[in-house]
Amino acid sequence: MQEKEVITEEHKETQSSEKPKKAETEELMGRRKLLNRLGWAGVIGFLSINTLAFLRFFYPRVLFEPPTKFKVGFPSDFPPGEVNSEFQKEFGTWIIRLDDGRFFAMESKCTHLGCTPSWMGAQKKFKCPCHGSGYYITGLNFEGPAPRPMDRFKISLAEDGQLVVDKTIKFAGVPGKDSNEQYPQSLLKV
Amino acid sequence: MRDLMDKVKKNVIWKSIFRRDYKENVRDRAVAIFGNVFLHLHPVQVRESAVKLRYTWGMGGITFLAFIVLVITGVVLMFYYHPSVDQAYDDIKDLEYQVPYGVILRNLHRWAAHFMVIVVMIHMFRVFMTGSYKAPRQFNWVIGVILLVLTLLLSFTGYLTPWDQLGYWAIVVGTNMGAATPLLGFEGPFSEYFGITAYNDVRFALLGGTQVGGNALLRSYIWHCVALPLLSIILMFVHFWRVRKDGGISRPQ
Repeated sequence: MQEKEVITEEHKETQSSEKPKKAETEELMGRRKLLNRLGWAGVIGFLSINTLAFLRFFYPRVLFEPPTKFKVGFPSDFPPGEVNSEFQKEFGTWIIRLDDGRFFAMESKCTHLGCTPSWMGAQKKFKCPCHGSGYYITGLNFEGPAPRPMDRFKISLAEDGQLVVDKTIKFAGVPGKDSNEQYPQSLLKV
Repeated sequence: MRDLMDKVKKNVIWKSIFRRDYKENVRDRAVAIFGNVFLHLHPVQVRESAVKLRYTWGMGGITFLAFIVLVITGVVLMFYYHPSVDQAYDDIKDLEYQVPYGVILRNLHRWAAHFMVIVVMIHMFRVFMTGSYKAPRQFNWVIGVILLVLTLLLSFTGYLTPWDQLGYWAIVVGTNMGAATPLLGFEGPFSEYFGITAYNDVRFALLGGTQVGGNALLRSYIWHCVALPLLSIILMFVHFWRVRKDGGISRPQ
């Protein structure tokens, strides 16, 4: 009996002062909600930054790779009309001297899928072992699936008279165009 | 004979490990499966129609078998393999010609890998043909697709580990495809607008540099031996558990 009375009393109380009480509880819930959201925002923020840090982790700051700018020797070391493959393995670059004595540096990378073609001296062409793309000495593609001529790098003369290749300056082959005409600046006359 | 079995089985040690016999009655068999950590992902009971080989071809289970073979042979192979440019190829030769049972281990790993790729595709084909991707199994189909991709990635990363011409050029070509992907690679469309270069694209992250070298070998080795198997195992648990929760292995209606 007593219990029942208490309950009804409480009920009455809430009924009588309904409006202010409701506002009060809403405010209370608001604070709780705010803290709850702040807490979760903190957790999610922390995890997102961690994820970014994790992704950044996969990009090393220091590389132990060959330099992108390197000296290859004196112009007299290169006979005209020949392809020099000495720097192919380490630097991925051929030093080519045309019959007229002009130099250019070409990236030893097939424009199809990036394999390394070989210079076939007897046939006077570059041949890719992966899918059979063929290129003339200028890098112009003429057979196989290669879509465009091979790319060239900037070659210049250093102060000491040696040839310098700069791989950061690239002349990208344009489909169907001979790079000799497309990029006269890729050729070096000594 | 019976005396011997009784001696083995009727003592505290045996009973503390196995608790119950696998007796010829439904309840005891159910309890035996229920109380086994390795079997508890499996449903306690399966319907007779669910084990009809003509319907499921058992391809999912066979894929899992191939995975187990790969984990075991893979772990054993790791004892003789150094993921370094100077040693990797020689280690494979060593395994093939000098290590006792090395050649069968390596070939088991290789053939099981090929087998798993084939079988997982047949599994997918069967699930598609029997309509087992439909509600309520849509989520498990998605998990399955991720597992298929992980299987292919495991195959691809394992390809480089022998450090031979085949694997090397496969990784060169594969990562160049990454480099040619829009918004992800430096040779792909839009790369110039977002400042994507050879030093910050997806290929760089995969290779740990700009060339396929020592970093690339180590990375593919870690992905192959640790990271991808871990992800696969977690997703496999989800996959098997969901098969059970979504109404058991699919069977003829």
